[in-house]
Amino acid sequence: MSTSRTTTRSGTAVTAILLTALVLLVVAALAGITVGARVLSPAETVAGLLGHDGVAATVIWELRLPRTLLGLLVGVALGVAGVLAQAVTRNPLADPGLLGISAGGAVAVVAGSVFLGLGAGTPRVLLALAGAALATAAVYLFASRSPEGLTPVNMTLAGMAMTAFLGAAVSATVLLSASTMDQYRFWVVGSLNLPDPAVLLPALVPAVVGGVLAVVVSGSLNALALGDDTAAALGVPVVRTRLLAGVAVVLLSGTAVALAGPIAFVGLVIPHVARALVGTDVRRVLALSAVLGPLLLVTADVVGRLVARPAEVQVGVVTALLGTPFFIWLTRRAKERAR
Amino acid sequence: MTAATRTGTATNPVRRLLPRPRPRGRVVAAVLGALLVLLLVSVLALSLGDQATAPAALWQALRGHGPENTVYAVHEVRLPRVVLALAVGAAFGVAGGLSQSVLRNPLASPDVLGISAGASVAVVGVIAVGSLGGPVGIVPIPVAALAGGLAAAGLIALLARDGALRGRRILLVGIALSAALTALTQFLLTRIDVYDAQRSAAWLTGSLNARGWGEATPVLVGLAVLLPAALVLARTNRALLFEDEVVAGWGVRPGRARAALLVIAVCLAALATSAAGPVAFVALVAGQVARRVAGVPDIPPVLAGAAGAVLVLVADTVARTALPAQLPVGVLTGLVGAPYLLYLLQRRRSTRGTP
Repeated sequence: MSTSRTTTRSGTAVTAILLTALVLLVVAALAGITVGARVLSPAETVAGLLGHDGVAATVIWELRLPRTLLGLLVGVALGVAGVLAQAVTRNPLADPGLLGISAGGAVAVVAGSVFLGLGAGTPRVLLALAGAALATAAVYLFASRSPEGLTPVNMTLAGMAMTAFLGAAVSATVLLSASTMDQYRFWVVGSLNLPDPAVLLPALVPAVVGGVLAVVVSGSLNALALGDDTAAALGVPVVRTRLLAGVAVVLLSGTAVALAGPIAFVGLVIPHVARALVGTDVRRVLALSAVLGPLLLVTADVVGRLVARPAEVQVGVVTALLGTPFFIWLTRRAKERAR
Repeated sequence: MTAATRTGTATNPVRRLLPRPRPRGRVVAAVLGALLVLLLVSVLALSLGDQATAPAALWQALRGHGPENTVYAVHEVRLPRVVLALAVGAAFGVAGGLSQSVLRNPLASPDVLGISAGASVAVVGVIAVGSLGGPVGIVPIPVAALAGGLAAAGLIALLARDGALRGRRILLVGIALSAALTALTQFLLTRIDVYDAQRSAAWLTGSLNARGWGEATPVLVGLAVLLPAALVLARTNRALLFEDEVVAGWGVRPGRARAALLVIAVCLAALATSAAGPVAFVALVAGQVARRVAGVPDIPPVLAGAAGAVLVLVADTVARTALPAQLPVGVLTGLVGAPYLLYLLQRRRSTRGTP
């Protein structure tokens, strides 16, 4: 991935950047606990966390803490999935949301609940994973069969067509069953609003497996950035690396969809920011993205709670509005480089 | 090749550069065939419903004779809907054909480029102002849609101005723009009252349910004015298939002609969106079908319009009669159009020269 202009930073600089990001993440998480329709004072927050203040305790333990934890988990999943997707396809525009992977998970969840009556919990997670896997395979297949091959533009277009198709399928399913319409209206936008404890635990398993896979393949992905032939010459198993990275992307994006609905642009933006900060080493980018992803998502969620008080703007809307200008800028920049 | 070049040079070197006259016969036959199909589909759409009407009874009912309930069904329920479907489909189709041939890009249609999304967000914005206690309907819906579509187009033109977005790259900007505008629309939907939100949500899928003459009129007026304008510019359109320098040599201003045709496309797409919502992929598919049927690189606007009209009318009639629930037409065109887009992606590279 030759997108960064920064040279390799020293280990201490990277550690300092990581620590700063972690501190910011803690601040954002604290904001996620205190800020909302009712802003808690620091004293109230402490009292609430310790269970002394009844109202504050309810607000924190029942609503905001689960929601913030959800944001953290989904943010990590999306950030890491974005890094892997961009590295494995050598496509700076790759993102689980834009490539239709999240839409695949979403349509499977909706269809499963309407036709098979499968509710929250393990079935939803499994459905999301299966849908994400199918959509990933389909988009990869369609884009790689186009004459120019796996170019960023073709992948994005194939992902867009897949998203549109699956979106229509979701609409059809939901409209055929009026009762699900209301339930899924908010979920489909991408929201942290409905933390569902029944999904949280089963979702942790694929998230952890995906994370471990990501760490395992990150070294080989560095070699893959040099091209398939060079990577093979260096002794990296190209096909296995691709496959494992793909599995990790599916596991992580599927988890994110099962938990919070399809959220686009986090997986796109975060790897670029991380690369700009720590250079192109996939392992470093991965580590930083795992911190910056939740930072962006939790911050976007807090912003969404504040701008339309007492109502809320779903986090998926906020990330789309933030991500679009970034995406357009990337598109234009990519062309300038190519010329 | 060499023989052709030799004879061409022998007769007149300039002649080879001029736009060849279209294979007239095939285009005329295609247009006539399309109109015939349109007529058949319309008759079918008029006769199908809760109670099917036989052709003879349909003719009677259209003239106001026969059983009262049949006359009501045909005149008050089916006819307005069929006319609206035709108008919306034609407007989307012409818009798609024009933008695809002017931008020399088979995928560059108003729905992919975010024009429909721009019109949608403006319309929902006007509804939101009314819903949130502001003046209801400060701007007529079609005007709002026109403004939104033109604004989205202006933004894309601005971003593509320096040539950094040639070929398929411009589509990416459209996709991103659509994503942002859709997010904005969804935000508006969460802010307005439930009744208005439901109404808007149905409209946003692209639907002809419970619509009729009121919505069809602005689209029909738009078609009546803009389609002839597009036909007048058709020669220029054909010339734009050549390099800008060549075209300028013929005394055509490529920039202006292109802009005029694109503005027409944007206006038609926006008007159609205001009437039926962003019916997915109609513009994209209609333009491509017309090009393949006509067998010429520049897409005849009338043919693209006819293709769009047939597409929307068939989709709406299927959605209305053959499916268990009355699905909005946009769901159906999305389910058909998206795979078609994937199919187009598999085809030979054709970003320049042959749209």
